[in-house]
Amino acid sequence: MLEVLIIKSVLAAIVLFAVLNLAGFHTWVERKQSALIQDRIGANRATIFGFKMLGMFHGIADVIKMFTKEDIVPQGADRTLHALAPFFSVFFALVTFAAIPFGDRLVLGDRVIELQVADINAALLYVFAMLSLGVYGVILGGFASHNNFAILGGLRATAQMISYEIALGVAIIGVVMVYRTMDLSELVRAQGQLVGGWLPLWGIVTQPVAFFVFLTAALAETKRLPFDLPEGESEIVGYFVEYSGMKFGMFFLADFLETIVVASLATTLFFGGWQVPYLLPDGFHFPWGAVLAVPNWLYALLGVASFSIKGLTFCFIFMQLRWTLPRFRYDQLMNLGWKGLFPIAVGNVVVTAVVLVLLGDAPR
Amino acid sequence: MTERSATRSVKIVRRPELTFWEKLYVPQILCGLRITTTHFFRNLLIHTAHRLGLLKLLRAGVTIQYPDELRPLMSRYRSRHRLTVREDGTPRCVGCMLCETVCPARCITIVPGEHPDPNVEKYPVRFDIDLGVCVYCGYCVEVCPEDAIRMDTGILDLSAYSREAMRLDIHELMDPKLRKPLDTCKLDFPHLCAQHEGGMKGSWKSAQ
Repeated sequence: MLEVLIIKSVLAAIVLFAVLNLAGFHTWVERKQSALIQDRIGANRATIFGFKMLGMFHGIADVIKMFTKEDIVPQGADRTLHALAPFFSVFFALVTFAAIPFGDRLVLGDRVIELQVADINAALLYVFAMLSLGVYGVILGGFASHNNFAILGGLRATAQMISYEIALGVAIIGVVMVYRTMDLSELVRAQGQLVGGWLPLWGIVTQPVAFFVFLTAALAETKRLPFDLPEGESEIVGYFVEYSGMKFGMFFLADFLETIVVASLATTLFFGGWQVPYLLPDGFHFPWGAVLAVPNWLYALLGVASFSIKGLTFCFIFMQLRWTLPRFRYDQLMNLGWKGLFPIAVGNVVVTAVVLVLLGDAPR
Repeated sequence: MTERSATRSVKIVRRPELTFWEKLYVPQILCGLRITTTHFFRNLLIHTAHRLGLLKLLRAGVTIQYPDELRPLMSRYRSRHRLTVREDGTPRCVGCMLCETVCPARCITIVPGEHPDPNVEKYPVRFDIDLGVCVYCGYCVEVCPEDAIRMDTGILDLSAYSREAMRLDIHELMDPKLRKPLDTCKLDFPHLCAQHEGGMKGSWKSAQ
């Protein structure tokens, strides 16, 4: 029992370390990537002992600034909720990672370790529940600020997140129907089969429409551009107007964390998670018949690397999208969610069901 | 009234309708992504090459990192003034007062003195330009018969904590590298010297 506890703690520590660092790293990526896209240079002035490290220290400077800034709580605000809101945002974004498998089984001696913090058999439901609870941070942030603009911003953000959650959930149903499991590690394992002996049966192959709906809805869910109406802080008064210092920083952190959650989810559901094409637990089995044996530790490592690379690619794509697209108007946003994505997602479920029945694949 | 409005021709510009292809969003998003991604990877490549010392002629960004890197100025750009110098280190100015007279902002103050060379007659004992008043019109440069004043130092970063510090005297005008406060005076012809409590300093003997 104690050993299991230690293993789980280590796994959780690894995940938290990786995810929080990646979120911090995102500030640098955001600055530099936008600079490169717009033919600029980007932040490069923060130095430590004369080293600039391509401006990477700006993230550290940000954190120092956030922590040393005055933390203002407006008069008449609900102090408890005002302090709780950013914690909710970050907490629900962080606990989501528990259910995401970032590698296959690692065999150490006679012990088999699942590279997943919490092995939940309805992990998909858990992930979406936690993502949905993130809305509490937003609405409480608006409500507790004792500011009409903040309340309106919070309501706007909540309406957006709830609307897109429906499209998100319905898009996922197609994936669940195809792989017939809600357990994320089983779902990833099911994506390891090959179609016609060469094409990995990843979610993008079986559910391309669901993938696009999921990606769009997920971007809206994480309040990233082009759906960043809640957070267009320089143009629209959002739910965190009354936040300063590290509380504001935590909303920002939650934003980056949610981006990583969505990137991980997209990887897990549609791009085979930790699957490396043609890699089975005992080695590579190429479609032309060649076999390359791989030791177990390397197999696990390759899985983790595969998951990381796919996830980082998604982070890159999200960032690229953020700096490409202009912001939606609010009515366009609602139209897209309810009249565009939702019907498409429902249609996808129907088509998937019909195809599954025709293939004689449907569970009886 | 009604006739006028009836005959007035009005051109109605309708908002262009989106084509079906554009309404699909996704192709247009991909087009946008292509542009940004091209820029991203092009600049990434050039930045990396710069780190390795390659492709120095290609610029990766339009940013000019100002204090480290100066923008190229036009050769006729009017920047801070300077007084040109003879071979013996004395100013070419002959104290004719033309620039002081023509100056629309009246920022030039000249006190002429007698020059030992009878062909020169006069020289400035004192030559001040108040940059806080100067309008950079360049008339002083155009009017000078001796090519004694020019505005070609390329110095743009004029700033000071007091109005007094914006006043350039003959020391700074003859040597554009000098900045206030001056600690030493290297001029050896007679001049009104701030280093000397505003009194006269130097002599022609030491200049020769």
